Amino acid sequence: MKSSALKRVDLIFESVNVREILDKTLKRKPEEIIQDVLDSGLRGRGGAGFPTGMKWKYTAAEKNAVKYIVCNADEGEPGTFKDRQILDEVPRKVFGGMAIASKAIGAKIGYVYLRGEYKFLVPKLQEEMEIFHAMMKEMKHDFRLELRLGSGAYICGEESALFESIEGKRGEPRNKPPYPTTSGLFGMPTSINNVETLVYTVMICKYGADYFHKLGTTDSRGSKVFSVSGDTPKAGIYELELGMTVERFVEEFGDGDTKAVQVGGASGFCVPRKKFRDTIIGFEGVPTGGSMKLFNSSRSMYNVLHNYLDFFTEESCGQCTPCRVGCQQLLLGVEAVKRGERNSRYLDELVKLAGTMKISSKCGLGQSVGNAFKSIVENFKEEIIY
Amino acid sequence: MVNLTINGLHISVKEGTTILDAARKLNFKVPTLCNHPDLCVAGNCRVCVVEQLSAKTLVASCATPVTENMQILTNSLKVRTARKHIIELLLSEHKADCTKCYKNGFCELQSLANEYSVGDHVYIDLVPIHAHKIDKTSPSITKDDSKCIRCQRCVRTCAELQGVNALTVANKGKEMKISSFFDKPMHEVICTNCGQCINRCPTGALVERNYIEEVWEEILDPNTHVVVQTAPAVRIGLGEALGLNPGQRVTGKMVAALKRLGFNSVLDTDFTADLTIIEEGTELLGRLKRALVDKDPTVKLPMTTSCSPGWIKFIEHAFPEFLDNVSTCKSPQQMFGALAKTYYAQKKGLDPKKVVSVSIMPCTAKKYEADRPEMRSSGFKDVDYVLTTRELARMIKQAGINFDMLEDMKYDSIMGQSTGAAVIFGATGGVMEAALRTVYEIVTGREVPFNGLNIIPVRGMDGVREASILIENCKPEWAFLNGVEVKCVVAHGLANARQVMKNVRDGKAVYHFIEVMACPGGCLGGGGQPIPTNEQIRKKRTEAIYAEDMGMPIRKSHENPEITAIYKDFLGEPNGHKSHELLHTHYTVRRSY
Ligand SMILES: Cc1cc2nc3c(=O)[nH]c(=O)nc-3n(C[C@H](O)[C@H](O)[C@H](O)COP(=O)(O)O)c2cc1C
Ligand code: SF4
Repeated sequence: MKSSALKRVDLIFESVNVREILDKTLKRKPEEIIQDVLDSGLRGRGGAGFPTGMKWKYTAAEKNAVKYIVCNADEGEPGTFKDRQILDEVPRKVFGGMAIASKAIGAKIGYVYLRGEYKFLVPKLQEEMEIFHAMMKEMKHDFRLELRLGSGAYICGEESALFESIEGKRGEPRNKPPYPTTSGLFGMPTSINNVETLVYTVMICKYGADYFHKLGTTDSRGSKVFSVSGDTPKAGIYELELGMTVERFVEEFGDGDTKAVQVGGASGFCVPRKKFRDTIIGFEGVPTGGSMKLFNSSRSMYNVLHNYLDFFTEESCGQCTPCRVGCQQLLLGVEAVKRGERNSRYLDELVKLAGTMKISSKCGLGQSVGNAFKSIVENFKEEIIY
Repeated sequence: MVNLTINGLHISVKEGTTILDAARKLNFKVPTLCNHPDLCVAGNCRVCVVEQLSAKTLVASCATPVTENMQILTNSLKVRTARKHIIELLLSEHKADCTKCYKNGFCELQSLANEYSVGDHVYIDLVPIHAHKIDKTSPSITKDDSKCIRCQRCVRTCAELQGVNALTVANKGKEMKISSFFDKPMHEVICTNCGQCINRCPTGALVERNYIEEVWEEILDPNTHVVVQTAPAVRIGLGEALGLNPGQRVTGKMVAALKRLGFNSVLDTDFTADLTIIEEGTELLGRLKRALVDKDPTVKLPMTTSCSPGWIKFIEHAFPEFLDNVSTCKSPQQMFGALAKTYYAQKKGLDPKKVVSVSIMPCTAKKYEADRPEMRSSGFKDVDYVLTTRELARMIKQAGINFDMLEDMKYDSIMGQSTGAAVIFGATGGVMEAALRTVYEIVTGREVPFNGLNIIPVRGMDGVREASILIENCKPEWAFLNGVEVKCVVAHGLANARQVMKNVRDGKAVYHFIEVMACPGGCLGGGGQPIPTNEQIRKKRTEAIYAEDMGMPIRKSHENPEITAIYKDFLGEPNGHKSHELLHTHYTVRRSY
C-alpha cells in the first residue's frame, strides 16, 4: 500500500433515514437551511461548480409565487455514469434533496429531468415518487414531483436547454442573463441542481455544514463521486475527498502505463503524464463533473481527440456560429493535418479558433470544446500530426 | 438609469437597454446579422460580441442588458479577432458565389465580409460537404440552404409575425438547418408565400422566384401586346428600391419608367381596387340583408376581405371552416387579369391570345395566386407574370433608365383611372376605409361622418384595430340597416389574423366585416417590397400612401368614371352574372400542416 492512498468517503450512498432528516429540516427556516449549505462550501456537481447555497439564496430572494426546483439527471457527459447509480441506489435521498431545496427557495413543484437512455429507471422512480408524495403529505409540506424524460440530446443537460425541452420546445440554450434563478422553467425563478449536489444537501442537513466543510480544499470543499473508466483495472464509481493530484489518482486507478487522463469528459481537460504531479482535481485545478478517463500508451491521442470532436459536431445544438461551424472546422482541420493536406501550422490556426469558440459561444458546450482540443493538441502535437 | 462606459465614453441609459442599443446611442456601430428590429432577440450569430472588462467571455451585445458601471469595448483586439473568426466561419459554410447570386450587392454577410476584409478562406470549405439542394418548388420563394447562415430570422418571422411556422429549425450540430414539416418542399407545406422571411433574410438563402427574363422576352417580342398593372404600394416602394428615402411617392416616374421599358400599355391595379370596393361592398350589403331581412340562417357573417393572397392561403390551411366567410371577390390583381384579356382586349380590338398581362406587386404571394388553377376565367391565364417591386427596380436599372430624372407621366386608358380610396388599399386598414366610404354613402346617401373622409380609427400600426360605425337615416331601400352598428376589425400580420379568427370562432368577438392583410403594415410592408424593413420605414410608407390619397381628385371608389363605364359597357350590375363569371372565385380546403 502506497502512502498516498486516496481518502474514500461514504456520504452519497450511505444508507440514512431520509424521513428523519426531512422531519427535522423542513421545520427549519429557509434562511437557516440556505446558510448551512453556504457554510458547507458545496459547489454544484454537474460541472460548472456554482455555489449551491448562492443559487438557492438567489432563487429564494425572488418574489414570484411560482418557483421551481429542477433535478438535472440528464447525465450526458461522456464517461459519466454516477448519477445513474445514485438514482438507482438512493433515489429517496435525491428526492429528499429536492424537498429541502423546495423549502429553501419556496417551490411547490419539482421536476426530475431524466436522461432518455435511463428509461429503465422510470418504474422504480415512479414507485419511489409515490412513497415520497405520501411522505410529503404526512409532513404537510406542499411539494410535488414530476418526471420528464430527455430524448438523447447532450445539449439538453445544459440548464436553459433543459428548460426549453421540458416546456416542449426544441432544446436550445437561451441567452443569459436572465439566469435561471430569476427566469428559468416557464419563465419562473428556478434552482436547477445536479443529482449528486442534491444528495449532498441532504447529508449536510444530517451531519452539519462543518462536517462537509472539513473535507477537501479551500476551493473544493467536500467529496465527489467519480466515474472511472478507460485503461484501468478498477473501472467504476468511487466517492473520494476532493483535492488530490492527478498523480495520486493515477497511482490508485492507473494500469502502470497511464499516459494521460481526461478529466471532466469531452468538455474537460486532458492532463498528460508530465503534468500529473502538479495538477489538482478540483476547482483550483481541473474541475470535473465526475468523468475520469485514463489512457495508456496503446491509445492514439489523435483518435481520442477525433472522437471528442465527432461528438461535439453532432451534439452542438447548432444555433450559434462559433460552435456549430467551429466544431466542424476543428474536426475537419485535424483530419486534414493528419492526411498532410494542411501543414502543422494550421493546428495553430485551429487553436486560435478554439480560443474564439471559448469566449464567443452562446453556452457552455461551445465554450468548453476548446478545453479538450487545446490540451490534447498542445500536449500531443506529434500524435496529431504524424 | 444605468451608467456605463463604451470605448471609454460615458453614457447613461434606461434600465433594460441592450449594450448594442447603448453603443448605437454613442454612434458606435456594432455589426449584427441575426438581430432584427421586428423580431425577438436571438443572440445566435455572435458577430455582435463585445468585450466586457472583467468578464471571462465576450458578450453578445444584442442580447445583454446594460448593468451599472459596465465597461465595454466594441473594437478591442480580442473582439476583432473573434469577430473575424466568426465571419470567416460563416463564410466557410456559405456558398459564396457572389457574382452569380441574386442578392449580390444586397447581402448583409457580403458587406460584413468586405468591411472586415476577410475572404482569404482560412478554413475548410464546408459547402461541398453538405451538398444542399435548392428548393425551387414554390412559385413565390426560392430557398437555397447553401446560402443560409442559420440566423433564424426567417424562423422567427414565420413564427412571431405570421404565426404560420412553415419554416422551423431541424436537426442539431452540423446537420442543423432551416427546414419545413418533414423537410417537405416549400410548395407542399403551409407556407403562405407572404415573403416576409425574404424581407428579413440577410443573405441569398431566401429570395423571390424572379421572372425578369421571361418578362423581358415578352416585352421584346413584337407579336405580343404586354399590359402592365401596378399595385398601390409599388408607387410608394419603388423609389426606395432605387435608392431614394423611404416614403417617397414616385407614381408619375414609375409610369414613365414602365413606358420606357417597353410595356405596350401601363395600367393601374387601383382601377380594379375601386372595382373590388363596388363588388365587395355589394356583397357585404347583400349578406347583411339576407341575415337581417330574410333571416337566412345560411348566410355567413362576419365577411372577411380577400385581396391578400397570403391571407387566403393561410385561412385555407388554418381556418377552413371559415372559407364561406371570405368574400368571393377575386383580388384586384386577378380582377384586372380577367378583364385585361376580355374587356380591355375587346375595347382595344386585340386578340386576347396576344395579350400578355404582367403585374407589379409589393407581394410574393401574388405569384402563387396568379398560378392558381381557378384564376383562368378569361379563358387564359389571367395574369401571366407577377414581378415584385424589387424586380421592377432591377429591370429599370438593367434598362439604363435614370429614374430620378424622369418626367412624370400618366397612366394609359382604359383601366388606368382610379381614386384615393383605391390607393389606400396599400396600407393596413385601407380596404376597410375605402369600403366604408362607399358602403356608408350607398346606404345613407351621405358621406362617412369623418373629417375629410379620413377614417382615423381604422388606421395605424396596432396589430388589431376595432371600429364601429352607426348607420342612421338610411335611404328607404336600406331602411333595415337603421340603427345597426356595423362592427369592423382590421388585422395585419398573420399572427394577429389568427388571434382575430380565434376570437370569432370562440365567440369572444362579434363583427360584421374583417379586413386582413397578411403582411405587417399591409401591402406596403409586403414580401416584395424594398429591403430592409422596420416599423419606422413602414410608417414612412404609410404616411406617403395617405398623402397620395389626399392628392387624388376623386377619393371614393363609386365616383370613378371608368367604374361607371365598365358596368354600363360590359359588366352590367355589381355582383351580376358577368361579374360572377370573371370577378369572383372560390377557395380550397387545405390541410393544417
Ligand atoms: C452542454 C452541457 C451539458 C450539461 N449536461 C449536464 C448534465 O448532464 N447533468 C448536469 O447535472 N449538468 C449538466 N450541465 C450543467 C448544467 O447546465 C447546470 O450547470 C447544472 O445542472 C447545475 O447543477 P449543479 O449546480 O448542481 O452542478 C451541462 C452543461 C452543459 C453546458
Ligand atoms: S455553444 Fe453550441 S450548443 Fe451552445 S448554443 Fe451555441 S451552438 Fe448551441
